[in-house]
Amino acid sequence: MQHALSLMTFIPLVGALIIPFLPKEKPNWARWVALAATLPPLFIAFKIFALFDRSAASFQFVEGPYSWIPAFHIQYYMGIDGISVSMVLLTALISTICIIASWGIQKSVRGYFALFLLLDAGMMGVFCALDWFLFYVFWEVMLLPMYFLIGIWGGPRREYAAIKFFLYTLLGSVLMLLVMIAFYFYSDGNSFNLVTLANQAGHLGPLTHPNFRLVCWLGLFICFAVKIPAFPFHTWLPDAHVEAPTAISVILAGVLLKMGIYGILRINYTLLPEATVYFAQMMAVIGVINIIYGALCAMAQTDFKKLIAYSSISHMGFCLLGMSSFTPEGINGAVLQMFNHGTITAQLFLLVGVVYDRAHHRDLNKFGGLATTQPQYAVMTAIAFFAAMGLPGLSGFISEALSFLGGFKVWRFYTILSASGVVLTAGYMLWTFQKVFLGPVNEKYKGMPDISGREMLTLVPLVILVVVLGVYPKPALDLVGASLSALSQGMQSYLPSSWVAGL
Amino acid sequence: MALLQNLRLFLPESILSATVLVLFIADFFTTKQKKAPLFFGLSLIGLLAALGAAYVSRSMPAASLFTGMVAFDAAGTFFKVLFSLSAIVIIFFSSGSREMERVDIPSYCILLLTLTLGMMLLATSTNLLMLYLSLEMVSISSYILSGFLKGIRRSSEAALKYVIYGGVASGIMAYGFSLLYGLSGTLSMSEMFVYFSTHATDKSVLFVGLVLSLAGFGYKIAAFPFHMWAPDVYEGAPTPVAAFFSVGPKAAGFAALIRFFLTALAIKSPDQFGDLKLAGWPELITLLAIVTMTFGNFAALYQTNLKRLLAYSSIAHAGYLLMGFAALNQEAIQAVFFYLIVYFVMNLGAFLVVIMILNQRGVEDLEGYNGIGRRGGQGAYLAVMMAVFLFSLTGLPPFAGFAGKLYLFTAVIKAKMFGLAIVGVLNSVVSLYYYIRVVKVMFFVDPPDQNPFRFSGLSHPVLVSGLAALTLAMGLFWDPLVRIVRESAVMLF
Repeated sequence: MQHALSLMTFIPLVGALIIPFLPKEKPNWARWVALAATLPPLFIAFKIFALFDRSAASFQFVEGPYSWIPAFHIQYYMGIDGISVSMVLLTALISTICIIASWGIQKSVRGYFALFLLLDAGMMGVFCALDWFLFYVFWEVMLLPMYFLIGIWGGPRREYAAIKFFLYTLLGSVLMLLVMIAFYFYSDGNSFNLVTLANQAGHLGPLTHPNFRLVCWLGLFICFAVKIPAFPFHTWLPDAHVEAPTAISVILAGVLLKMGIYGILRINYTLLPEATVYFAQMMAVIGVINIIYGALCAMAQTDFKKLIAYSSISHMGFCLLGMSSFTPEGINGAVLQMFNHGTITAQLFLLVGVVYDRAHHRDLNKFGGLATTQPQYAVMTAIAFFAAMGLPGLSGFISEALSFLGGFKVWRFYTILSASGVVLTAGYMLWTFQKVFLGPVNEKYKGMPDISGREMLTLVPLVILVVVLGVYPKPALDLVGASLSALSQGMQSYLPSSWVAGL
Repeated sequence: MALLQNLRLFLPESILSATVLVLFIADFFTTKQKKAPLFFGLSLIGLLAALGAAYVSRSMPAASLFTGMVAFDAAGTFFKVLFSLSAIVIIFFSSGSREMERVDIPSYCILLLTLTLGMMLLATSTNLLMLYLSLEMVSISSYILSGFLKGIRRSSEAALKYVIYGGVASGIMAYGFSLLYGLSGTLSMSEMFVYFSTHATDKSVLFVGLVLSLAGFGYKIAAFPFHMWAPDVYEGAPTPVAAFFSVGPKAAGFAALIRFFLTALAIKSPDQFGDLKLAGWPELITLLAIVTMTFGNFAALYQTNLKRLLAYSSIAHAGYLLMGFAALNQEAIQAVFFYLIVYFVMNLGAFLVVIMILNQRGVEDLEGYNGIGRRGGQGAYLAVMMAVFLFSLTGLPPFAGFAGKLYLFTAVIKAKMFGLAIVGVLNSVVSLYYYIRVVKVMFFVDPPDQNPFRFSGLSHPVLVSGLAALTLAMGLFWDPLVRIVRESAVMLF
């Protein structure tokens, strides 16, 4: 496959440029063009899945490095390894699903789909870029469409939510910018190439100073923690989710949040390994706080969407806990959790969208007995809920178990503590299910139509993935395995000897 | 060097002076109806000729003209090209602007040209006397231009405020120069350098002299605490003039400031300040940069008039540029040059949108921008253009403003001024809030009525598209620009 990654990134961009020139009176044209622009990346994603060399830890489908801005040694350099491949596949899948889920958008249709495709291109680029500058450009390019998508098509408090999202993320990314420039200047060869920057021997000047490295690490971590979102940088997330239209919530939870974890693995781990080890305990503690605090907050919600938003915060905590152990199980669990959380929360948000479209509110206390009147909807929701709870046989279980397994070797107390998060999750999920689907039928929603064919189409692929990977996770683990063992191996040499002995 | 040889290298300035004289004479022989197109056309020809002359002379060897009064070098040529180009753009801004219907076009054109000429001289002066005179030439033309809307009170008020602040600032500067003259016995920057490097001087007097001189420069670039005139002048002046003020004199001020410090004191990195370093000079400039950008950004948060908002934004940008002056290494000077190009394009673009909306809807308050992106007609297009300029001013990729900021921050980090860099990036985050407020009202708020937005004329829509395209192109491929600034800034080192 020549230029597979560039095609995946730029085909949506081409779509975004075509859509504004379509006639305004024909909104369907915009919808079909948008779908047509996300299908080729999905197709390429299948081919990548088929062709990806599972035994190699190195970068594959590499393009470049081509010189882009020679004066600053900026390159166009794309490639994927085990850390990013699952995210690329996830992005391609979720984008297509979201286009279908957005079919019903009526307000400024062309603008919506053009911005959506721009967002898609940005997300794909982030996961494929191997040049830090390129990474940064994609990272920021994503913010603009997201701001408009929440701000124009969102709920009543959309303006507040949109600007809050933008400011938080920008605050993080300017810190990354500074660290990026510091690396550019104080490394051998002055470049933004993430592969050469990982060479520790090439670091010069202040960058060899331990404290300076710790500060750099913190700058990067804040940038990524905002995206994860990790406590205490998480407050934008519930607002953004509640106000965003359904498909955008799906993208936000399904793909955007993963960028935080991905960034830490790709940049913090490889560029500043010993600082990563220094802060590992902090990451683990933040992970535990995320798991428990997120779950407790979710429990207190009466808004269906806010509940799912807090559950996302809770679930991303597992990633932090798993990866901070540096064990192969822990890191595998974290990456797998990124993928599984992507598919599971996408379902949850789609399901909230289904009921919101019909009832025009999301108050958990105002439903009841939907299982009798909308049986199909109830079944789909049940599957998603059980997957989110981490029930064995569904994909969420595997990744949570792996994260715990890895975490337990190193952070015994924290892992035991965060296991309570699983109980809390079961608690709020089951209560929610009970409130919405069981009990006496609410007369008001008796005639509400059940899930439609189009909605089913968006949910079924995700359900299949959740069930298949729950029963047989090998394909996913094989895909990411080689690179992650290499990453874990690489980290071992920076760990204190007592730590390694315990592994 | 022979006088004729000097004149050859002084061609752009000579052409502008000749054009001014032609305009004077032509004013007597034309009737009132024909004046606007004729005078805009003549000025355009003059500016294009000056631009051509400056461009052609770009590869000639550097020289000192008129017994060391004015320098001819790559940096000077760079600014001459930049100033003529921006003056050309301003002529197009003015020719389609409704505000210009009530002004006396011939004198307006003459003043624009003298302002441009003054800026060129300011950017190339190598003698303090010459520097002071050209600064006054720029200032006096500016005073009159800002009060050009006759019969409108805030325009006259703007001019008066400008005169008072300008007079005080240049007075302080002249006092500073007199101290430097008293110390060194010369007004020529290069002789001053020779004197300072061979004789022991009283460093405290030197320090005071430099700080006082800084007042004049600070006033031209609108740096805190000499910025007070800017918001009122931008608001009161005709919008095309405000657009010119926001870029031209600011760039000329920076050009003079950099040339003065690099030639007279030969400070090429913060380490070379010597005794001045002990007196806290680098810290002073760093503080000036920090206060200027922070003040500009925070004050802009509360503005509801677009011209005032852009005025405070231009103060903030002066702060960003001062970061380059604080770092003062070779990258920093290149970064300042680079940022000036980028700033010209994006800021002029933003002003052009303000002019177009003023023409069409007669408003410059934020409320008047409600829902422009949601009106029929070309509203959405114009709102998208404005968004491009404002995001670029914020410094977001893939727009040119990001490349400019990146360049500046690399210079600052190379000079190991990490605190300054952090304050700088945090300021960008603050600035997002007010820039995006404009975008927000254009797209998120429903328009009060459904009158479609229509472009009037052709020159403004073409120009706005061109500036936006440049903003995007320079954000994606800025390699050629880097080469230009590297060649231009090298002369100063």
